[in-house]
Amino acid sequence: MSKRAAAAVLAGAMIVGLSACSSTGGSSDGKKSNGKLVLGFAQVGAESGWRTANTKSVQEAAKKAGITLKFSDAQQKQENQIKAIRSFIQQKVDVIAFSPVVESGWDTVLKEAKAAHIPVILTDRAIDSADTSLYATFLGSDFVEEGKKAGDWLVKEYQAKPGEVNVVQLEGTTGSAPANDRKSGFADAIKGDPKFKVVASQTGDFTRAKGKEVMQAFLKAQPKIDVLYAHNDDMALGAIQAIEEAGKKPGTDIKIVSVDGVKDAFTAMSQGKINFDVECNPLLGDQLMELAKKVKNGESVEHRIKTVEGTFTPEQATAALPTRQY
Amino acid sequence: MTKHRLFWPAAVLVAMLLANLLFTPNFFAVHTKEGHLYGSLIDILHFGAPLILVSLGMTLVIATGGIDLSVGSTVAIAGALACLYISEASDPGSVSTVLVAVALALAVALVLGAVNGLLVSRIGVQPIVATLILMVAGRGVAQLITDGQIITVTSDPYRLIGGGYWLTVPFSVLLAGAMVGLTLLLTRSTALGLLLESVGGNPVASRLVGIRAHRLTTLVYVASAVCAAVAGLMISSNVSAADGNNAGLWIELDAILAVVIGGTSLNGGRFSIGGTVLGALVIQTLSTTIYTIGIPPETTLVFKAAVVITVCLIQSPQFRAKATRRRTTAPGGQQPKPASADSKVSA
Repeated sequence: MSKRAAAAVLAGAMIVGLSACSSTGGSSDGKKSNGKLVLGFAQVGAESGWRTANTKSVQEAAKKAGITLKFSDAQQKQENQIKAIRSFIQQKVDVIAFSPVVESGWDTVLKEAKAAHIPVILTDRAIDSADTSLYATFLGSDFVEEGKKAGDWLVKEYQAKPGEVNVVQLEGTTGSAPANDRKSGFADAIKGDPKFKVVASQTGDFTRAKGKEVMQAFLKAQPKIDVLYAHNDDMALGAIQAIEEAGKKPGTDIKIVSVDGVKDAFTAMSQGKINFDVECNPLLGDQLMELAKKVKNGESVEHRIKTVEGTFTPEQATAALPTRQY
Repeated sequence: MTKHRLFWPAAVLVAMLLANLLFTPNFFAVHTKEGHLYGSLIDILHFGAPLILVSLGMTLVIATGGIDLSVGSTVAIAGALACLYISEASDPGSVSTVLVAVALALAVALVLGAVNGLLVSRIGVQPIVATLILMVAGRGVAQLITDGQIITVTSDPYRLIGGGYWLTVPFSVLLAGAMVGLTLLLTRSTALGLLLESVGGNPVASRLVGIRAHRLTTLVYVASAVCAAVAGLMISSNVSAADGNNAGLWIELDAILAVVIGGTSLNGGRFSIGGTVLGALVIQTLSTTIYTIGIPPETTLVFKAAVVITVCLIQSPQFRAKATRRRTTAPGGQQPKPASADSKVSA
């Protein structure tokens, strides 16, 4: 009896496991027909709200542009992505697009695509390969530029004000490209003026919980903090709570500049808690479809294309808030 | 005094706190701000509370010779469920909504713990394998619940659990303290603790003398899951958001480390709840220290590793004996082994 019950429990656990796989994995199959352009897209996964918005944008843009989309979710694993690309090659899609999970290890599978005369477009993340002929173009954000925009705003904001400006920085996951680039871009922008001093800089792993924890420690260790620069909105949102618990007003006592432009951050901006937000745009679907058509027709495209990205002041954020998708 | 089993973990904690004083002169200052206590020491307790709870459950599991790798996923699932329920409720700010959300999260934790426990005790799956299933699948389940998004909730009663204050003290600290006290009472004032140690020491012999070893084993995994779920509520409540991908990530490893620092043997059969609490505080103090004195993020992990190895070595009686007897002739010295190295897992 007890054995049977235990077996039932085990079976239940397996079903949970299976359903977890089937709902996020798998690829939607579209048939190649009536001369429509077929695009195979291998997504990283569904690890964040940003990524979900990215996926939705690609799917909707494909529908709008009349492109048949074959979509595959790699669940953050490179081998899944390679498998998906191979299957796209076998199905003879017209164009392959993907966001590489990691930077290296793509040469073999991309050579297969090249041999099959299928052009490849990289989105959002770059690959590290000596042979740049393996892909037609790379469409994505410029993280260094994002950091620079944040730094430029700071310089402008404090242009007329003399006296030292103490900055604390919440970095993204140590070693990740957005963290490295946003840090160096920001440092470049503010290095011209010695009054800006980054007094503390720690990683908050791109999460709210860590952002709050690290900011609480900063508030105790640093006697004077004027500005917080966070590498993404989630960390800024966590830090806002820490600042409020310390009895200070975020946005007033400590100015906050952040990167991403997600909806929750816009809400905070409309309450005056974030002073400036640099957009990192996941909605690159339309740009991607346009590029796919161009490379299919053999038109030449630039090897590096930056996504269209803006910056937001609290007023602009408040205005954009009702229509923000992610 | 150095013979007391809690002496070394306590000494390490005190040493780390004193080291902070060198860098931050007002490190021990605690004052009231905005109607609640404010200071670095309060931070350590506040952020340490979830880890203390997870480690508490882990101690009981390890006492029976098992291990529970699934606690991090349970943390994520509990936070995700509670936040989803509150965000979809018609009245997110009401106490009854929050109570239902908490009950829902705890009920699911009971089921998850029971699955782990039955896999280990009835089917005889190795604990490390049995709980690995939920560790991997659970994160996916948490992401399914949140639909890959971060769910933000605005609910004052929910915020109390992990981010609020009661009588100027962080509520999470009081909650963790109460659960530690209850566990101490149950394990040390009744025979329960003795029975757990007996099952951990020798499950077969325990069963032969009439202890219901299967039932006890199932029970500790349920207790561990419930502790993890409460910790998950605290973590998500503290930032008023559920993050299925990152909440409680790797907390199982911190919890195992806290248990080891506290002097509980990974072989089972001996455990110290007081030691575990000290161990969890050591780990949280280490994090706070890194932020406060400004260790560069690139070298944080190396710094942590160096501190942990030092702590484990001075915890090991063999190592201390070797170190102090270095100049005299050491007869038949045993191989020194760091406390974390002997991780034989028995089912």
